[in-house]
Amino acid sequence: MPAYAIEIILNRQLADCLSMPVFITDTAGNLIFYNEPAEKVLGTRFEETGEMKVETWSTIFKQQDDEGNLLPPDSLPLVRTIKDQTPNHKTFWIVSMLGKTEKISVTAYPIIGRAGNFLGAVAIFWQVKDAS
Amino acid sequence: MKVTLRGVRGSIPTTSPHMSHYGGNTSCAIVSEEDRILVMDGGSGMQQFNLPEGTGMNRVDILLTHLHLDHIQGLGFFIPFFNPENDIHIWGPASTTNSLHARLSRYLSPPLFPVQLRELPCKLTLHEIENSSFAIGPFTIESRFVIHPGPTVGFRVSNGRSVFTYIPDHEPALGANGLLTDTKWLSGFDLAVNADLLLHDAQYSYQQYPSKKGWGHSSMDDAAKFASLAGVKHLLLAHHDPAHTDAQLDELFADLKKRKNYSFNYELAAEGMQINLP
Ligand SMILES: [Zn+2]
Ligand SMILES: [Zn+2]
Repeated sequence: MPAYAIEIILNRQLADCLSMPVFITDTAGNLIFYNEPAEKVLGTRFEETGEMKVETWSTIFKQQDDEGNLLPPDSLPLVRTIKDQTPNHKTFWIVSMLGKTEKISVTAYPIIGRAGNFLGAVAIFWQVKDAS
Repeated sequence: MKVTLRGVRGSIPTTSPHMSHYGGNTSCAIVSEEDRILVMDGGSGMQQFNLPEGTGMNRVDILLTHLHLDHIQGLGFFIPFFNPENDIHIWGPASTTNSLHARLSRYLSPPLFPVQLRELPCKLTLHEIENSSFAIGPFTIESRFVIHPGPTVGFRVSNGRSVFTYIPDHEPALGANGLLTDTKWLSGFDLAVNADLLLHDAQYSYQQYPSKKGWGHSSMDDAAKFASLAGVKHLLLAHHDPAHTDAQLDELFADLKKRKNYSFNYELAAEGMQINLP
């Protein structure tokens, strides 16, 4: 299998150094890397799961708004970034498969390489400290 | 395909007699086959090179990995530029901002150099490359961006029988955990995989590397590990640190051999070395 573009490799190398949960996907949304803080969010280890197809990892959480309504996938930052190749940000609730609910903000940005081509996307999850 | 090394020093040319065995000229290698000549990088090793006289050969292709001074400082002194009969092609990495011509002209123009690029009497064609595949005479060439500050590529040159890979400036170990052994995540892997000959950056000792992280270069240890992961048959450790004397290089290399037991052939690149590949 050919190696990833260095823009993707450098994003992983950076993610390895960060304490924020970072998810890296290819252009189709398949999860190709997540760092150690992201392992805590997903509840799985990259070492064990390896890459995850978009169908697999997109079912790990349910996304809800403040009223508990399910959010349509198209409103989620990473989905929008992959679709539009633009940066996106949103705050919402995630419910894990174990039923754990957490309020998070997600910042997603596209990786546009030196040659101007779209290579993948990065999503950073920020835990929101909410008094409620 | 014949590979001749004309410059294997990194960063800046050196003239010390204690460095004369491995040589003081910066990056340049000549690759030749039939009547075609590729000049890999335009470091100071490029000086005094000329096309063979009386053969009617008038084309030469210069492949630049990047535009750091140690890879282009020989250009102003490249004899074939000054012959109007010559057809010269320069291939170099594209940037997102300025053209290759504009970036080369920063050096090849006053006040840094008296002659401008457009004043050179030869026929000159510039080609901007990125992750590209192209053919020059009997050679097929792949270029890929690799980890090094600024747009930098490595080259994989094939004549259909053998592969020579040239990555003189490269830091694949940049990151929290050093070289990633899953080769999908290894910068430069596609260029080097199963190469018959690889010339690779090995500027630092493994003791020096931690204090030089992010400078764009590799330790000898990482270069050897990279070659091993890529299944390379013969590795030339190059881009020698300008502070390392011949004796120090020999010592560092002996230490590497003592600690690591790789089955492929590996050695320090030296100016003047010639390697014939089928
Ligand atoms: Zn260099
Ligand atoms: Zn350089």
